[in-house]
Formats: sequence, structure tokens, C-alpha cells
Amino acid sequence: MPPVELLLMLLLLATVIVVARLKDLFAAAMLTGIASLLAAGLFVLMDAVDVAFTEAAVGAGVSTVLFLGALSLTSRREKQQERTRILRILPIVIVVATGAALIYGTWDMPAYGDPDAVIHHHLAPDLIAETEEKIHIPNIVTAILASFRGYDTLGEVVVIFTAGVGVALLLGGLGLRRRDAGTEEES
Amino acid sequence: MYVAGMAAIVVTMFLALARAAIGPTVFDRILAVNMFGTKTVLLIAVAGFLTGRPEWLDLAIVYTLVNFTGTLAVLRFARFGNLARDDRKADRS
Repeated sequence: MPPVELLLMLLLLATVIVVARLKDLFAAAMLTGIASLLAAGLFVLMDAVDVAFTEAAVGAGVSTVLFLGALSLTSRREKQQERTRILRILPIVIVVATGAALIYGTWDMPAYGDPDAVIHHHLAPDLIAETEEKIHIPNIVTAILASFRGYDTLGEVVVIFTAGVGVALLLGGLGLRRRDAGTEEES
Repeated sequence: MYVAGMAAIVVTMFLALARAAIGPTVFDRILAVNMFGTKTVLLIAVAGFLTGRPEWLDLAIVYTLVNFTGTLAVLRFARFGNLARDDRKADRS
């Protein structure tokens, strides 16, 4: 792994450890923004600029704002609660086990940038050769996202829409209740 | 030269992260996050030139937009304590 990516990974690790240990939730929300920016930087260095931009816009932009919205409706500090030893250790065990499972899963993947990987053998050349004559869209990425993978993209949009509706309902019933209360106050 | 610039940017990222982590005031943290966003922009720009793809500069400029809007929202939260209510009421109180 090149040194810059290694350093960014270290920074990411430091950030998430600080986030987990902070009791001030406002600061934690800020630091999750930093973690997103770091992830975006890593994605850019891995040539996935579209993924990186989504990460920066959603992770550092919108989700920080959503966190702040949630904080304005709840409390700015994490509640101190007595926890038994098991409850203290259990989360880190689950996180480490999940992470280990995910890393184990990557062992079967071809190495990053490996020219012998399966995807570089038949799929990418076929798409580059045939996209233009099949559906007459010059930009191959657009063609894949909006046409070949159209249902997948539609599903993603539905997931995001559902998540947005859920958050909006949780944070105050789409603003309906609060607006009613406001007009009552003024009248 | 690009490598030296990259190293300098990563070092400042460490410093900004330290400032965001220790605080002590809210504005230290907001400024640290804003600066971290700027460092990300610079990192992408330098990485673009380093790997021979100067068009990443355009991408980096769009990141400044996200960074700026996010900082505005956070500052608004820090000033008024919420994001949705009317400004004028908050000003009077």
C-alpha cells in the first residue's frame, strides 16, 4: 500500500477511536465529518472519484447536518450510564469479529489493480466495444448506471428515499407538528 | 515537489484532527473540520497532478462547495442551537 494511503488509513483509525471515546456528541458529529472526508480522499486515491464525491456530499455534508438536527432535538452530551463488564466488552468484540469477517471476505478478491482480475478480461472490453452501438450513449459509465443497471439504480434511489422519509418522520413528522405548534403560539 | 506537498498536507491533516479531538471550544472544532475539508480538497488536487490527471482539480473545487455549505450549517447550529426555526425569534432571545 502506498505511504499516503497508509497514512490516511492511520488517520481514519485515529478519528474513529476518538469518535468512540468522546462524550460530547457535537464534537463526535464533527469528527464523523472528518472520517467521511478521509474516506472520500482514500476513494479518490483509488480512482473511484464518483464514489468519493458521494461519500463527501452525503457523509461530510448531509449526514453531519442530520446529526446536528438530531442533536438539536435531543441532548448534546452522551448519558453516563453504569455498565457491567460484559456490556463494556461486548461491543468491541462484535466490531472486531465483524471486521475480521469482512477482511477474511476480501482474501478471495483479486489484488487491487490486478490486470489479471476477471472483470478486466471479458466484461470491461465488451462494454467498451459494444455500448455505443447497442444503446447509442457515448458515456459508458452513464450507460451502465442508467441503462444496463437501471433497476439497480432505481432500487438505490428507493432505498435512499425510504431512509429520508424515515429520518424525516423520526425528526418531527415532516415538520407538520412543529408548524402547527408555532401557529398556535402566534395566534 | 508534489510528493513533498502531499506529505505536508497529511501532516496538517494530523494537526487538524488533533485540534478537532481536543477542542476545547465548539469553534475550535468547527474550524478544524473546515480546515480538514480544505486539506482534503488540496490532497485531491495534488494527487491529481501527482498521478497525471489534472482534471481532478475541478473535482476538488466541487468539494470546497460541500465543505462551505456544511460549515455554514454547523455554524448556524452553533449560533442558534437548531437548524429549522425562524432566525428572528432566536435573535431576539
